[in-house]
Amino acid sequence: MFESPCVPRSHYQGLFRTLLELPGEQLRKSQQAADLSFLHQGITFTVYGNEQGTERVFPNDLLPRIVPGYEWQQVERGLTQRITALNLFLDDVYHEGHILADGVVPRELIYSCKHFRREMCGLAVPRGIYVSICGTDLVRVPDGSFAVLEDNLRVPSGVSYMLANRKVLKRVFPGLFRDYGVRSIDHYSQSLLATLRSLLPLNCSGRREPTIVLLTPGTFNSAYFEHTFLAQQMGIELVEGRDLLVHDNIVYMRTTAGLRRVDVIYRRVDDDFVDPLCFRPDSRLGVAGLFNAYRAGNVTLANAPGTGVADDKAVYAYVPAIIRYYLQQDPIISNVETHILTDKRQRDHVVENLDKMVVKAVGESGGYGMLIGPHSTAEQREKFRSVIETEPRNYIAQPVLALSRAPCFVEGEIAARHIDLRPYILFGEHVTLVPGGLTRVALRKGSLVVNSSQGGGSKDTWVLRG
Amino acid sequence: MLSRVADSLYWMSRYLERAEHTARLIDVDLQLHLDYGAASGTAHWLRLLEALQVPVPDDENLDSTRLAYAVTLDRTNPSSIASCISAARENLRQVREQCSSEMWEQLNRLYLQVVGTPKGEDWLLYSQLSFRGVQEGAHLFQGITDSTMSHGEGWHYIQLGRYVERTHNLARLVGIHFSRVMEVLDLSVEGDEYLEWVGLLKSCTAFEAYCKKYTAELRPLRVAEFLLLNSDFPHSVRFSVDQVHTALRTIGERTERKADSPIRLAGRLRANLSFGQIDEIMADGLQNYLESIRNLCAQAHNSIHQIYFDYPVESALVQ
Repeated sequence: MFESPCVPRSHYQGLFRTLLELPGEQLRKSQQAADLSFLHQGITFTVYGNEQGTERVFPNDLLPRIVPGYEWQQVERGLTQRITALNLFLDDVYHEGHILADGVVPRELIYSCKHFRREMCGLAVPRGIYVSICGTDLVRVPDGSFAVLEDNLRVPSGVSYMLANRKVLKRVFPGLFRDYGVRSIDHYSQSLLATLRSLLPLNCSGRREPTIVLLTPGTFNSAYFEHTFLAQQMGIELVEGRDLLVHDNIVYMRTTAGLRRVDVIYRRVDDDFVDPLCFRPDSRLGVAGLFNAYRAGNVTLANAPGTGVADDKAVYAYVPAIIRYYLQQDPIISNVETHILTDKRQRDHVVENLDKMVVKAVGESGGYGMLIGPHSTAEQREKFRSVIETEPRNYIAQPVLALSRAPCFVEGEIAARHIDLRPYILFGEHVTLVPGGLTRVALRKGSLVVNSSQGGGSKDTWVLRG
Repeated sequence: MLSRVADSLYWMSRYLERAEHTARLIDVDLQLHLDYGAASGTAHWLRLLEALQVPVPDDENLDSTRLAYAVTLDRTNPSSIASCISAARENLRQVREQCSSEMWEQLNRLYLQVVGTPKGEDWLLYSQLSFRGVQEGAHLFQGITDSTMSHGEGWHYIQLGRYVERTHNLARLVGIHFSRVMEVLDLSVEGDEYLEWVGLLKSCTAFEAYCKKYTAELRPLRVAEFLLLNSDFPHSVRFSVDQVHTALRTIGERTERKADSPIRLAGRLRANLSFGQIDEIMADGLQNYLESIRNLCAQAHNSIHQIYFDYPVESALVQ
């Protein structure tokens, strides 16, 4: 927020002035009203394994994060470039594999990835688009520019909180919101629907209006609220695996008026659980025979199965090279510096400097299997040293990041907390980014973890017109 | 509409109706026993439990507090108010994109209010106030539903659930009350008896409506006629069955399914109530009559389930 002590950056001046004038009491009341409205609307996420408190309100922070228009343009161009390249990459990997033959990305890296789906090989997907819905995690690096920390190409979530936060903030700071000239994000659901519509399967049922559904794992999923929200906003059916069935490679949903054919499935169920006949046989969340119907071109799955190979943490390091290879352009948004540990030279460098590194297991997410160098003991470092030496493919290392911070209203006062930014990208007929995103906040002081399950919250993100 | 969604809306509505019914019964009962003085003890609670089909808790020191707890806040009893409201909410939560946000917010608020009831010693006193709250909350939900949700197929499943449940509850409650008297007389009642009949009418929100039609002179035969055969009063058996029949016919038209059996069952029940005479019903035996209503109701429920919610795939592919 600040350029130097007590001097706010130009796009934060309005908020700064408002906060100076606003009595703390009023801010506290607004926060209470906002929390209550979230509780009453049931905007909650599920915490597993706790009988009474299975639903918890996702903490929302009232102070908006402001991104000036020129900076957003850069983000927009960069992410458009990235999703385009990653889709070309997936198409290539599941077909001819030129990029592997040319040695730009090591072949073994792809085939050893646990999210690589052999079943997808040689399969033509509508428009050649594998990733149509994507949420990319950005962080601000010390020189002030954004860098990509992680691509989420499988089933990214959180977009409903972005929309809910906006609704609340409009009520809390109506005047400020208007004066700032904030770009609207309300059309997200409409864009999502248009994206899904553009992905009709090869053998679409033809003349009649295509049926699009959202497949949810059910009420016990942590993002269930979001699934209901999006289905309602788009006006499509929210289905569970048990609502669908496959007959003669055609997908139907069971309605009170009989069976109805389904054309496009926006699935919020992981690859592994989509079809017990094809992937995990113990899954009760999916639909038996769904993948065959997909292969037969009778239904579209968005995102396509197997996109996880492109957001593997080790493949991530090659994304700049992937962009150059397919688009002959330099990446507009850079990566965070990442060391590939299968490379002997890089591995030696990392092992020597473990206390300055963050080491991540490539297949994990949510902060598991991680070593944070500066906060680690000699014993932990020794353990990681040995696993890195034995299984270098399973780990990557990054220098410790200094995440940027933003003012947040915590425990009755305003204090700085670490944040990141997840914009949502849609890819159908063309690439669409709604101007905004989910700014996640590590509400615990000093913490770098923004996950909701680990005490993270979120705040509204204002992208300005100018 | 998805079968699962229709199923959830139907059950959500049944559970809420049951919670409201229970809350009103207890509310009326507690008021009534203020007039009787302290002597009544656990006996009236036991009768209440029977009317509500709540199993008597397996507990050595049964006092009225324990019994009251069983029907109100006891989550281990699936028919308690708290369990019903929680089940209604859980059903709506699974289909919340199908209802208006106002509906969800109201039911969620009602749920938070009921589970937030303090568990301390004076909880019964507190809940006496909140029985009213549950009834009001349920009425508010019904009003919000009618004015914010499209009166399409989904709304008709809500209607169906409410009135199937109501028919069943009314038939049971009337049966239990009339089983106390040897002969149903067309004569005015007085004293404690009078209070009992007032209690029955109030348990069906029918006291004022009855008075408008027949004046405050309470005759058991008229009470029976009013609660069974009145065509205009929303808590009469006939009115409820009319609603069930209408909802089923509309759903049948909209889904274009072959749904003869539930419509026929409800139609038969409707005709029976429309053309029935209270003298004849009494002559044939009131309890048998109520029993047959409950049976037809249960059959209609089963065939709704088989045709709309859980049909075999083969039958649907043939169509």
